[in-house]
Amino acid sequence: MISQSDNVVKLNSINRRMFILATAKVIILGGIVSRLFFLQIKENKKYLTLSDKNRIREWKLPPVRGNFTDFFGNTIAGNFEAYQLHLIPEQVENFRYTINRIKNILDLSDKQFTKILKKQKEIKPWETLIVADNLSWENFSKINNNLYDLNGVKPIISISRNYPYKENYTHILGYVSQANESDISTNEVIKEKFVQGLKVGKIGLEKSFENDLIGSNSIERYEVNAYGRRISQLAYQQGDQGKTIKLTVDTEIQKLANELLIDKAGSICVMDIFTGDIIAMHSSPSFDPNKFVFGISQDDWQLIRNNPMKPLLNKTLSGNYSPGSTIKPIVALSALENEIVSQKFTVICKGHKHPLELYGQTYHCWKKEGHGYMNMREAMKQSCDTYFYEVSRRLGVDKLSETAKKFGLGKKVFGNLFGNEKSGLIPNTEWKKNALGRNWLLGETIITGIGQGYIQTTPIQLCLMTAQIANGGHKIYPKLVLNQKNKDEEKDKFVSLVKNPKNINIIQDAMFSSTNEVRGTSYRSRIDDTKYQFAGKTGTAQVKRITETDRELDLKTSEIAYEERDHALYVAFGPYKNPRYAISILIEHGGSGGSVAAPLAKKLFKKIIDRHEIRKNYQTKKYLDI
Amino acid sequence: MYLHNKLENKGNFFRKLKNLDLILLVCIFLLGLISLATMYSTDGGQILFHTKSHFYKFVIFTIMMFFISFLNIRFWFSIGYLSYLIIVAMLIWTIHFGITASGSQRWIDLYFINIQPSELMKIVIILCLAKFFHRKRLENVNSFYSVIISLIIIFLPMSLVIIQPDLGTSLLISISGIVVLWFAGLNHKYFFYSFLISVLSLPFIISFLKPYQKIRVLTFLNPDRDPLGAGYQIIQSKIAVGSGGIFGKGFLKGTQSYLEFLPEKHTDFIFTLFSEEFGFVGSVFLLIIYAIIIYRIIKIGALSRSYFAKLFCYSFGTSMFVYIIINMSMVLGLLPIVGSPLPIMSYGGSSMLATMIGFGIVMSAKIHSEQSIA
Repeated sequence: MISQSDNVVKLNSINRRMFILATAKVIILGGIVSRLFFLQIKENKKYLTLSDKNRIREWKLPPVRGNFTDFFGNTIAGNFEAYQLHLIPEQVENFRYTINRIKNILDLSDKQFTKILKKQKEIKPWETLIVADNLSWENFSKINNNLYDLNGVKPIISISRNYPYKENYTHILGYVSQANESDISTNEVIKEKFVQGLKVGKIGLEKSFENDLIGSNSIERYEVNAYGRRISQLAYQQGDQGKTIKLTVDTEIQKLANELLIDKAGSICVMDIFTGDIIAMHSSPSFDPNKFVFGISQDDWQLIRNNPMKPLLNKTLSGNYSPGSTIKPIVALSALENEIVSQKFTVICKGHKHPLELYGQTYHCWKKEGHGYMNMREAMKQSCDTYFYEVSRRLGVDKLSETAKKFGLGKKVFGNLFGNEKSGLIPNTEWKKNALGRNWLLGETIITGIGQGYIQTTPIQLCLMTAQIANGGHKIYPKLVLNQKNKDEEKDKFVSLVKNPKNINIIQDAMFSSTNEVRGTSYRSRIDDTKYQFAGKTGTAQVKRITETDRELDLKTSEIAYEERDHALYVAFGPYKNPRYAISILIEHGGSGGSVAAPLAKKLFKKIIDRHEIRKNYQTKKYLDI
Repeated sequence: MYLHNKLENKGNFFRKLKNLDLILLVCIFLLGLISLATMYSTDGGQILFHTKSHFYKFVIFTIMMFFISFLNIRFWFSIGYLSYLIIVAMLIWTIHFGITASGSQRWIDLYFINIQPSELMKIVIILCLAKFFHRKRLENVNSFYSVIISLIIIFLPMSLVIIQPDLGTSLLISISGIVVLWFAGLNHKYFFYSFLISVLSLPFIISFLKPYQKIRVLTFLNPDRDPLGAGYQIIQSKIAVGSGGIFGKGFLKGTQSYLEFLPEKHTDFIFTLFSEEFGFVGSVFLLIIYAIIIYRIIKIGALSRSYFAKLFCYSFGTSMFVYIIINMSMVLGLLPIVGSPLPIMSYGGSSMLATMIGFGIVMSAKIHSEQSIA
């Protein structure tokens, strides 16, 4: 066995080694403590932040969109409380039963039902399932009455876009709908504020002013667990509603424009000739933008899309039309300005038997019998084509296009405000050479003189042109948004567009005669009361070339196929004594301007002049003190 | 003589009770209380399965510890080899008939309890090696024969545990064994050379590691490599500890654990939760309790007359220190993640059983400190 001395040696050895290890242990323990010190005291802030980042998650709620108001402060695009039905699957005891119960209460179709079930499969069980996003009050109360039977179902009141005037403002405002991939990728602001269910402007001013309208998200701060499930709400931060945008439009006139164009395809615009305020701007047919807010149904969409009158097209801005005779004031003005002819210059119109002949082509006046001796005032009054053939032949297309462009034709009226505005086309010799590679023909000058051929204008351009003639030839900038500051662009506001102001007076007088004197093309639509009296110019734009047989048949409008009928146009300004407003009217395939478009102007001017007093007083805040 | 002693023991029951180490006992109770409170917190402030189970185990094993304390230290000396062989047999049994949980076969079903023999091996290997070296002369300790035998004693259970697979426990077993070798007086150069060899062979060892173990090593070297995958545990653990601050977030208010960001919060990462709720002050307090326990164990060893008791106490105290340090270093991001429980604190019956047996033997050494073993 082991001897005593050996044992002592062994004990010495073990104790020595214990001492070595004990020292090491103290050092190591010190290391652990210093590590704890480092993590918990020195780096505490960093880890505390990380821990909060772990446990706190923010939920953005859809922001409340800013309103649009008309000139008088009426809300034309606002928000309403949509009744919605939300459900959190994991809080429902028996999902099948509950969802079937809802189906019965709301009378859902099988299609809608399967859509909801599909949605339910895509989300996590603790996420909200939106069963219905816009319930009627009736259905909403039915759900509320049956809540005792619907565990986990939440009736919610949420805020959503509403257009109280329905189709009236569709083409100005556009509409909102669910934000899609391209909305998010093209707009940083949308990307930043995006949440499920966010609705953004798709077209029109809703799209143009998206960044002002969108508002800021409300934020809910929740404590969540490692799996992202909400444990408790910590804070709620109210977001701001988007900016309210005041427009220059007058809802009463806008509504009238809509009524006047009902069942017709066409456009009406009304403009203040001094401020450039757009009083009304309507394109018909229109559609109800409310349908798009929660996603339009396939049936409704097909109905809108396949309508031959093209409700989706904003005819006021995107419709390129031949101006027809409405260009004649510009032709005459250009001739006077360039001193090609004087107002006394006379042409004989001999009717269809003796048309103007040029290089083998014949150019007919619209009047079979001819107008006889025509000076400028008479030619304008009766819209004699022969006179304007001769004047434009002498004037030349380049000088004409110069004047036309000065008055705002061939250029976007609102600049970049609308994504869908077209610029029209004012042709000249250079343009043809560049665009078509061929030389300008004299015959083309002649038909340009009566607003046919290459020339294309939009109704809003014609309105601007008329407004600038009416205000004595001063440049204005049309605007839809009140108090919009755009100083740089408007430096040349009110600059005179004509060399000799007398020339403008001649044109105005000629337009007066066209509406208010016997044999004037819109004489039947005149108003004799000087308070409402207006001056205008009719236009009838051919959509196809008139052949010899057409000329012989001389069919009435109703006898021609819809697509081949002429566009009816009318531009006017009033009151004549003291002009303030300009209008342009277009009826697609309506027939002649004098018989179809001009009568609408009569009704419009009555309303416009009546409303003028109210508008003026509202502006000077007379009504605010009552 | 043995019989005589037994009779004598019976008569001296109260004297033995008086001889219990009070400081060690108080510290163990304190630790038990802390572990129960922490377990209560992991259950989300309710008395649920883990808390109840931990409580029952603690009570039963404490009673068992007292029972063990009253057994003569010679008894433990006499069953040194036998217990080792029994546990080795259990390990072999585990390989064939063990219960598989989370990818490794660690448990055997004893009908009334599921037991993890590898945890018991941590204590039994010390017993076995202590007995082996007890009779060796110091000059024989470094003989070829005794080195080979002791290495076999270490490698046998180690390899049996590694194939379960359970790298962490097998490392801890080998560390326990090596610690005994150190105290037995094995030449320093062996430790130096084997350390050198293991460092040099590290790349080869790594190539033999299982893919998940390789990832753990890589993750340890750079936790941000894959913050939601492999690095998740260590990052969340550091966040929990770091966000605790000086005084902690308060009892039952540890957001990291309450919101389930912490992995394995009942077992290996229990210290993280404790540290988050009680902060630097609490953590240091816990460390002090552990330090006192280890100090007492070593002190008892130093006072023991028999070489066996001394060797056991020193080795057991040191092994416990190593377990604690490895666990803490792991959750504090100082070591790669290997499965190693924190003694008493971590949920797990076998680990607690082994620790309590260890405490029991130490107590027994205290009570019978005057006893010498031939």
